[in-house]
Amino acid sequence: MKELKILAIIIVLVGITYWGIEPYAHSQMHPHHEPATFSYGDLKALATKGDAKKGATAIMNNGCTGCHSIKSQNVPAPMDPVSASASYGVNPPDLSNIGAVVDQKFLANFIKNPVKAFKLAHKFNDNKPFPMPAFYGSDQDLADIVAYLVSIAPKEISPKEAFRTACGRCHNLRYDKWTVIGEKPKFKNDIEKADFELKLAKYEANLKKYLGTTPPDLSMFIRSRGHEYIRDFVEDPQKLLHGTAMPRVGLTKEATEKVVAYLEKVGDRKKDKRNSLGPWVLLYFVIFAILAYLWKQKIWRELH
Amino acid sequence: MAHFTKANSLYEWLDQRLAIDKLWKVLAAEYWIPKNINFLWAMGVVLMTMFTILVISGIFLLMYYKPDTKLAFDSVNYTIMQEVWFGWLWRHMHAVAASVVFLVIYIHMFTGIYYASYKRGREMIWISGMLLFVTFSAEAFSGYMLPWGQMSYWAAQVITNLFGGIPFIGDDLVIWIRGNFYVSDPTLTRFFMLHVFLMPLIIMAIIGLHFYSLRIPHVNNQDGEEIDFDAEAEKYKAGLKKEAKVIPFWPVFLSKDFFVLGVFMIFYFYLVFYHYDFAMDPINFDPANPMKTPPHIYPEWYFLWSYEVLRGFFFNVGPLSAMDMGLIAFGIANIIFFFLPWFDKNDEVAPASRRGGFFIWFWLLVVDMIILTIWGKLPPTGFNAYIGYVAAVGFLALFAALPAVTARKKGLLNFVIFMTLALYIAGYLEYTKTLGNGFIIVVLFVIFYALFFLNPVMVKHRGGVR
Repeated sequence: MKELKILAIIIVLVGITYWGIEPYAHSQMHPHHEPATFSYGDLKALATKGDAKKGATAIMNNGCTGCHSIKSQNVPAPMDPVSASASYGVNPPDLSNIGAVVDQKFLANFIKNPVKAFKLAHKFNDNKPFPMPAFYGSDQDLADIVAYLVSIAPKEISPKEAFRTACGRCHNLRYDKWTVIGEKPKFKNDIEKADFELKLAKYEANLKKYLGTTPPDLSMFIRSRGHEYIRDFVEDPQKLLHGTAMPRVGLTKEATEKVVAYLEKVGDRKKDKRNSLGPWVLLYFVIFAILAYLWKQKIWRELH
Repeated sequence: MAHFTKANSLYEWLDQRLAIDKLWKVLAAEYWIPKNINFLWAMGVVLMTMFTILVISGIFLLMYYKPDTKLAFDSVNYTIMQEVWFGWLWRHMHAVAASVVFLVIYIHMFTGIYYASYKRGREMIWISGMLLFVTFSAEAFSGYMLPWGQMSYWAAQVITNLFGGIPFIGDDLVIWIRGNFYVSDPTLTRFFMLHVFLMPLIIMAIIGLHFYSLRIPHVNNQDGEEIDFDAEAEKYKAGLKKEAKVIPFWPVFLSKDFFVLGVFMIFYFYLVFYHYDFAMDPINFDPANPMKTPPHIYPEWYFLWSYEVLRGFFFNVGPLSAMDMGLIAFGIANIIFFFLPWFDKNDEVAPASRRGGFFIWFWLLVVDMIILTIWGKLPPTGFNAYIGYVAAVGFLALFAALPAVTARKKGLLNFVIFMTLALYIAGYLEYTKTLGNGFIIVVLFVIFYALFFLNPVMVKHRGGVR
């Protein structure tokens, strides 16, 4: 079969070219890295058993609520996001959901030494201290606070909430109306709109001063970076982008997967439709090709 | 004035006024194609189908796309991809077709080269086809800019910058093309105009010319046999279908094309639904940012070979600067195929397998262009740069050698080989200067060289030339 031989040659040549410009070229451009393990192995496990009740007191005594709100426990934010960002660079997180997304060992280590856990020693030092002061209580206090934060956190957190808690104070997500100062409301008039935009602009300016760069909007990251990259990046930003201002935020594996799932829902909303329509279109052309073949055989039979 | 009688049917009514019966015969039912063909002859119909898909999907995209640097990215990635009913499908079909159409163009082109379908009266088919290649390239380049992603912006920046290399007018020309001192809103708007109006118009006109250019010399066949189309058509019409060497375009030729098209469409839609990243580069889903250069800038895959001819010359040779040599080589690479009918000094029409030295020349060209394509994407650092150099020099050498190979002029071939050798020695010296021991590069040169020397040998032993 001469035609099959020609087809085979074309497939081999196209295959080699494809391999060269896609998998091979990309392996050369993006050096291999180990996939995320979420073990945070560089951090030591601190005191084991914590008491949530003691933690509730400890969190008050240590002044955490001087900066952080815990809305689910009716502890309000001391400042609005824009003023907070003017003071600290970024709005300190509400602690209601922290226990649901951040790894417990990481959380204890973070409270004890934020810069080390964040891996941001290149950004923060004695001259430019990290806005959250180091914790001087005992390891047992730490364990209690972590136990408390875990006890008040919801057992199941939605992908959207996971994203907002973990990423939402630095990253906009305009394809789902999310801004760094909260969800974009429906505006009643132009004054409300202008007011909101002014607040957002002020917050973003403070954030830029704090980080040295404006964190990107993540709307299309699922297409521009893909699942694996986002997962591994979240686990350890410095590993993939050395010197970045993004902290290691210490998410658990499950929370990271939720964030990625949410980014996919926002950035690739038609994925399910694409996957469900695909087989039908392919089936159509399989039938088309079979009928065309039969027709061709019928016509060409008279020619040879 | 013609005499009109009362028509008995709509068909008759139209036929009286538009001669549709005659038209159909001329265009299809009695448009004769050789019978001795294989599936590569179906690529024209595949291309026409892809172009139709591009036009139709493009029309739908055009209804929502906004050619403004502030709005373009979101109009594509949000409005079209998420809000518009099946907008995502049109966009994927458009992007994948734009990439795959070049695969088919290359197959179509190399089929023409392999079967020598560019000479002995078929020169205009070849030239109009090459014009289509150039206009499709312009169409692809302008279209790639429209989503206003990072690669849209930086590819536009790099490619428009190339025009600055043209002597005397270069700098002004770049500003004229961009409509500004840098790539910006006016650049996007004018490339939008080119993409949706001027280039498609020109392409459609050239497609007409391309089809028309086939009428007189007719389509070639697998053996390059000269066919008396009128006599063979009479045989076919007399019912001697088995004896006739020709078949009508409709239904016989198209029945085969439809089958090939069906198989191709399975492949195409598989890519549209499940494997589109090669055509929709992830980096282009980052919005254009003039302040942030991506670590790797590369054109779409179908431009990589000529891009690598440009990049391949990366060090100065004597008084010649790398930039000048690269730009000259790039300029040559972009027009050289037009002259193929005249570079081929042998007017025999036969498949490459029966043309001795040309057969080796053909496969060397294919291999060289694949190497250029792959190394056009790889980072041009260290050893990669030298592979690019070998392949870029090789590409030019192949075309310089073609007249000698086809005319069996050994002296001329030796001259080309000598020039190539000089350039390779320059490459070797540069290599030892920067990367140390040049053993591997010598091996590479020798491999390319040995293949080159085979040419006169093969010409001698395989014949094929009168």
